[in-house]
Amino acid sequence: MKRVLFQMGLVLMLAFLVISGCAPAATAVPEAAPATEKTVIVEVEKVITATPAPVEEKPFRIALVLPSTTKDASFSQSMYESLMKLQGEMGADKLEIAYSESLFKLPDAAAAIRDYASQGYNLILAHGSQYGSSLREIAPDFPTTAFAWGTTVNTFQSEGINNIFAYTANAEQGAYVVGYISAMLSKTKKVGFCGPVEAGDGRSYFIGMKQGVHDADLGVTVTPIWTGSYSDVTAMATCAQTHIQDGADILSGSSQSVTGAIAAAKENHIYWFGQQYDMIPLAPEEVIASQIYDFNLTLKDMIAAINAGVYGGKVYTLTFKNGGLELRYNKDIKLPAEVMEKSDALIEQIKAGEIQIPLN
Amino acid sequence: MGDLFTLPVLLGIIYYGIRFATPYLFAAIGETFAQRSGVLNLGVEGMMLMGAYTGFYVAATSGNLWAGLLAAAIVGGLMGLLMAVISVTFQATQGISGIGLHILGLGLSTLLFTTTMTGVATIIGFPSIRIPLLGDIPYIGDILFNHNVLVYTAFLLVPISNWILYKTTFGLQVRAVGQSPQAADTLGVSVKKIRYITVTLGGVLAGIAGASLSIALINVFQENLTNGMGFIAVALVYFGAWRPYGVLLGSLLFSFVNAFQQWVQLKGVAIPADVAVMMPYILTIVVLAFSARRSTKPAALTKKFERGEA
Repeated sequence: MKRVLFQMGLVLMLAFLVISGCAPAATAVPEAAPATEKTVIVEVEKVITATPAPVEEKPFRIALVLPSTTKDASFSQSMYESLMKLQGEMGADKLEIAYSESLFKLPDAAAAIRDYASQGYNLILAHGSQYGSSLREIAPDFPTTAFAWGTTVNTFQSEGINNIFAYTANAEQGAYVVGYISAMLSKTKKVGFCGPVEAGDGRSYFIGMKQGVHDADLGVTVTPIWTGSYSDVTAMATCAQTHIQDGADILSGSSQSVTGAIAAAKENHIYWFGQQYDMIPLAPEEVIASQIYDFNLTLKDMIAAINAGVYGGKVYTLTFKNGGLELRYNKDIKLPAEVMEKSDALIEQIKAGEIQIPLN
Repeated sequence: MGDLFTLPVLLGIIYYGIRFATPYLFAAIGETFAQRSGVLNLGVEGMMLMGAYTGFYVAATSGNLWAGLLAAAIVGGLMGLLMAVISVTFQATQGISGIGLHILGLGLSTLLFTTTMTGVATIIGFPSIRIPLLGDIPYIGDILFNHNVLVYTAFLLVPISNWILYKTTFGLQVRAVGQSPQAADTLGVSVKKIRYITVTLGGVLAGIAGASLSIALINVFQENLTNGMGFIAVALVYFGAWRPYGVLLGSLLFSFVNAFQQWVQLKGVAIPADVAVMMPYILTIVVLAFSARRSTKPAALTKKFERGEA
């Protein structure tokens, strides 16, 4: 029995040796194969992948942080729609846009800005002059992310921060024309202004309007009422109604909350000049014209700068000359020809630098 | 300065003071009922916002201002009911649950605005109604008897609510529940039922207060339209010592000073605009400080009630 087992084991061992001995022989063939054969195999692989692998082009990613909604008919909506227009031009596959709205509270806005930066967005637009301190704190932590804020002229470059852009609008330019035209149109010789706080856009807009009224030299006065808030719609409504009660027949104002004042102008059939966004649809029979902010060129230049490796340090200004500002008239309100001619002439003079509006 | 103290300015202040006291009156009288029964509702602001949105949206889409007003009252009432469920049935801390409702109203009204409306829009609100004969009285006629229906209603609500609180059995029960819920309970008054009714009523009036802004006074809706008016209304209840006529006085005073500060700016009085804007708030704080001692605060205000508890 033992012998039988020994013989069987021997046979199995021999069989194993034969099989295992054959294995190296099989791999030996390619080893012995000439180098040309190898090349052929590689070439075949090349043929299979003859079409070059598509280079994955990453979209440019912009995040927008807004103090009010994208439908505020004012400052926030003007930036949002500029971005949408740009996305329409570039294509949704080339430009990705994300936004967070209604972030009046600074801690919430700061959290959103940091979150977008952490997610790798190329450009983060903090669309409000209240967001400066947040950017100053966050931007140094993300040196290859570009940030932008406005309206302001401060990029914080003097403090060694090189990845913040700033943008502003020469609101006083359109306001000057508005003031001049208002003086020409006013029958009561009283023009009213409703502003949020005496700073930023509101302040420069009022200065421009005041100078325009003054330069018209027609004995018209313009008076401001400041509501102390960017969001108090009721205060804006009472502001407009107070002006109307005082006899003003042309009104204008600046901030997201002017919708309340426009509604009051509409109720009393008093003319209004809009600011920052096209406000004609809000009161088609009362809004004569709106100064509109167009950030399209500013955004394009920022993208080009970032693609070239420049992440900040530049200030952009919207003006009549560079197309960032437009005074859009309501076609349904017929104004005297001399008023329209004067408006066109004033805009050309501002573009040519013939009219200066000092803000200090 | 001389231009400030003239008849046209005085008439202007009174006219807009009366007009813009309206939302404060609706909201603060509703809150008076709630607080008189022992429930502090800090969610008035959120309820006003939901009322303002609903009123505007329904009125704009249906073309019927009354439908908008009714919808605002219903939504406000539902939010009041929610507040009652949280604070009366579940006995949550009233202050915290009210703040929760405020945040809910703010967020929900903004969300609904951005998703259901194409943007900020205006509406033709309730028109002014000149009351025959009275409206023709020189000067006074225009400023007192030429307002829209919600302004008249808000002012009529003061004597009505005063009568309810002091001359009816229901008013007695409300005051009893707010003063001593245990005693009221032993006399067979359902504390929970009374509190449910007052807090829901407060919600209805807060909803109407919001709608008074969006479809009668400003005629526009945008996010955070009320901008803190609901909290001012709560302060006015303390200011008015939990009495409708006191609330009326506070609402008018706040509204008049608010109108006055705008005239101060308009007439170029040498006061910084920032200081002028603070005037109504400073006045409110001063009056609250002086009236704190004589106030008759409901003894059971903010206190939970459970049967059998001492």
